[in-house]
Amino acid sequence: MTAAVATDGLGKRYGRRWALSDCTLEIPSGRVTGLVGKNGAGKSTLLNLAAGLLRPTTGTIEVCGGRPASDVAQLAKLGFVAQDTPTYPGLSVRDHLRLGARLNPGWDDALAWSRIERLGLDPGQRAGRLSGGQRAQLALALGLAKRPELLILDEPVASLDPFARREFLQLLMEAVAEQELSVLLSSHVVSDLERVCDHVVVLVDSQVRLAGEVETLLETHHRLTGPRRATRALPRDQRVVTERHTDRQTTLVVRTGGVVLDPSWTVTELSLEDLVLSYMDRPSSGEATPALEVLR
Amino acid sequence: MIEFSLDSRSGVSPYLQVVQQVRQSLRLGMLREGDQLPTVKDVVASLAINPNTVLKAYRELERDGLVAARPGIGTFVTRSLAGDSLAAHEPLRHDLERWLARARAAGVDDESIEALFRSAFRAEHRGVA
Repeated sequence: MTAAVATDGLGKRYGRRWALSDCTLEIPSGRVTGLVGKNGAGKSTLLNLAAGLLRPTTGTIEVCGGRPASDVAQLAKLGFVAQDTPTYPGLSVRDHLRLGARLNPGWDDALAWSRIERLGLDPGQRAGRLSGGQRAQLALALGLAKRPELLILDEPVASLDPFARREFLQLLMEAVAEQELSVLLSSHVVSDLERVCDHVVVLVDSQVRLAGEVETLLETHHRLTGPRRATRALPRDQRVVTERHTDRQTTLVVRTGGVVLDPSWTVTELSLEDLVLSYMDRPSSGEATPALEVLR
Repeated sequence: MIEFSLDSRSGVSPYLQVVQQVRQSLRLGMLREGDQLPTVKDVVASLAINPNTVLKAYRELERDGLVAARPGIGTFVTRSLAGDSLAAHEPLRHDLERWLARARAAGVDDESIEALFRSAFRAEHRGVA
């Protein structure tokens, strides 16, 4: 199985600042992968590199087995919905679909129109007059009708209200159920991704901090609470992700393939959100940055 | 037909929640042999979850011999859980009561008993998986 995206030592520098550095990862195909990180962590840079809108400074990136944007065939493999789901405000919904049909060799007109009908969008309506949620849905419909192997969405739901957010993700997941499709989407709101992703990549300060299958990550991470103790006393197979100590108590997030047997620990499971936040929390830069946005 | 719901704060993974809800429905007789489970597309559409999550849950139920997939039609219940294990409950409860009495005699309090049970349960579960 070819990976949807495979990178090796990938980096992108703007002037003296590295927007992405030493990024080596494999994003499996046929999956929905969530790319999580604070604003400025390098999410858009990675997505733009995958789309071929940026050239790497270092390393390599392959998308669906080819170099991004290298030729027409490669372009057809990829659907890209950029940040804020851009559309042409002056063009009608119908114009957008005509444009899509003209520009894309594998265009599925029936699919595009059935989506527009289901959404109840007026084909004559200008995109500039649509609500944020409708515009996002239009952009999604265009991206899907292209019939890509990989659909990349950069913060697709960030600007949507909770209802539109849920509706957008529902339609996206339905498309995944119907089409053979890999999806890579970014968000700074972890709770959005919890249900829809089966794979997750966490970027912190332009580097990959964590990558893996959601199920496995949830199974292997635990929160341990107990009397204060030194972390070096832990069994070898327990790797500490975060540690907090008061004068009496120690709270750890550990990663382990085994079972926590020590009865003096209270073991609780983590949600994906807690898990991701604990990796983002780990002190590396020391600077005070606002915590990841958490929406309920 | 049953409907699934997800508790995003339970710490139980979505796929396992689906599995548990089917098993519970089978136990309570809300699902019987021959009943159809919601299609993957329906579940995805109502919960906005990843289709692979639903497929994984259904595959696990299939492995346990509770449901069978008929390609192109859907997934159907092949075995009920109602009453199935009820007969075993009584002797198991006796064992557990004896065990609890021993734990009490050893001075183990309620919370520790619960913690002990949970950790043993996890260990056993991991051993099987």
